[in-house]
Amino acid sequence: MHYMLMLNETAEEFARRTDPGETGAYWGGWNAFIGAMAQAGVIVKGDGLQGPTLATTVRIKDGKRHVQDGPFADTKEQLGGYFVIDVPDLDAALDWAAKAPCALTGSVEVRPVLPPMA
Amino acid sequence: MGTPSAAEVAERAARLSYGRLLAILAAGTRDLPLAEEALAVAFARALEVWPRQGVPANPEGWLLTVARNGLSNLYRHDRTRAAATEELILRAEERADRAVQADERLSLMFVCAHPAIDPAARTPLMLQAVLGLDAARIATAFLVPAATMGQRLVRAKARIRELRLRFALPEAEDLPDRLADMLEAIYGAFGADWDGSQALGLPEEAIHLARVLLALIPEEPEVKGLLALMLYIHARRAARDGAVFVPLSEQDATLWDRDQVIEAEELLTLASRAGRFGRFQCEAAIQSVHVQRAITGKLNLEALETLHGLLTQFHPTVGGQVAHAAVRRLQGEPQEALAMLDQLPDAVRIGYQPALVLRAHCLRDLGRTEAPEAARAAILATQDDRVAAYLVQEFGRPLRK
Repeated sequence: MHYMLMLNETAEEFARRTDPGETGAYWGGWNAFIGAMAQAGVIVKGDGLQGPTLATTVRIKDGKRHVQDGPFADTKEQLGGYFVIDVPDLDAALDWAAKAPCALTGSVEVRPVLPPMA
Repeated sequence: MGTPSAAEVAERAARLSYGRLLAILAAGTRDLPLAEEALAVAFARALEVWPRQGVPANPEGWLLTVARNGLSNLYRHDRTRAAATEELILRAEERADRAVQADERLSLMFVCAHPAIDPAARTPLMLQAVLGLDAARIATAFLVPAATMGQRLVRAKARIRELRLRFALPEAEDLPDRLADMLEAIYGAFGADWDGSQALGLPEEAIHLARVLLALIPEEPEVKGLLALMLYIHARRAARDGAVFVPLSEQDATLWDRDQVIEAEELLTLASRAGRFGRFQCEAAIQSVHVQRAITGKLNLEALETLHGLLTQFHPTVGGQVAHAAVRRLQGEPQEALAMLDQLPDAVRIGYQPALVLRAHCLRDLGRTEAPEAARAAILATQDDRVAAYLVQEFGRPLRK
């Protein structure tokens, strides 16, 4: 079954990506996590995302396009990346989610992917 | 008497095997509602067929076969389910073949108390899936509208199926946490209050669940601790549930159910041999101290104080803190008990009935002028009429302002 791991990170974590003193540890943690999933052969697809400062949100209201700079909601944690993994059950998906570096500082939301339309 | 009728055999099979059969049927498909439906159909078939053809040699096996066939039919009729379900049915059948040896109930119980399930749904789910209780009965026991309870159960079962929760024992590293959740869910069915009194719940069913669990994992000391705790409390119902409220320290110990107390004491002793103390063993040990009073004629306050201190480490709760403070008062330290009450959050100090009663007792012990006002607050906060009557007798009728 396919589950999406939505990797939510805090502002501090996003900052570590480019902080010269932190960047090595930051990416090292993610590479280890992604490497372990790749080795287990569970990754269907996945990407890291640029931080929320580069987000643009679009809504159509009364037929007019409203474009807003920034994420759709100003929350303490923002989506920093995602993976779709293929594992037998939710318990296995939660085990992977718990290994994500951002599970320690932010959160990981796990959701089943809708099966293809019949 | 004669041989039991077909209806009696079917009823007995329903009572003893429901959870086992449901666990087998649901393990392959993880679809509890469908498995329940198939099992209900099988029981209905039994009531129809057994009186005519006689009770089969292996009633459980018969029910399982009929339910399994029903399950595949139900699946075939449900067009929204993809071809993958065929494989699931196959798996269900494989499991059913080794069903009689392998007991799937433990997996089912772990699914019911899964962390991905709303804690409020875990207890009802377990009562329904393992013991076959209907939603209305569970709702009545917990003072929840039947529709609300039904909805809660439907939602939880949908999560089990749609999210694909694992029907298997947890990994060793997760076991302690998962077991703690399961024990909590079983204790939830018991419906005990902080002081071991019981207003709600299904105590016999909770004890039954704990017995099932103990048979499945006999080596876990906390399971024994939980069963012991519930037996101690249940043993006192005759002394407790009369027309007049009698506090534990004044109950007539001869009214306690001796067999249950003996079983509880044995369980607690066995549990202690594992050398792994925990919350439920601690709570059971507290009950055991109260039971000792029946033999020694005196409450061992020192032991109680130690155990309540330990309990606040294992399982810190407001009820536990108030109970700990109450022991300090009985030890002749009302000042200390008051200080402990003052540490509690405001909402608890003002609104929690046991805390108000203890405060009134302490202030009276100390001869403080606020004592009558505290007693009045305690009586006004008391919901149970029997307890209110007892407090009025103890403190005098509160003066109306």
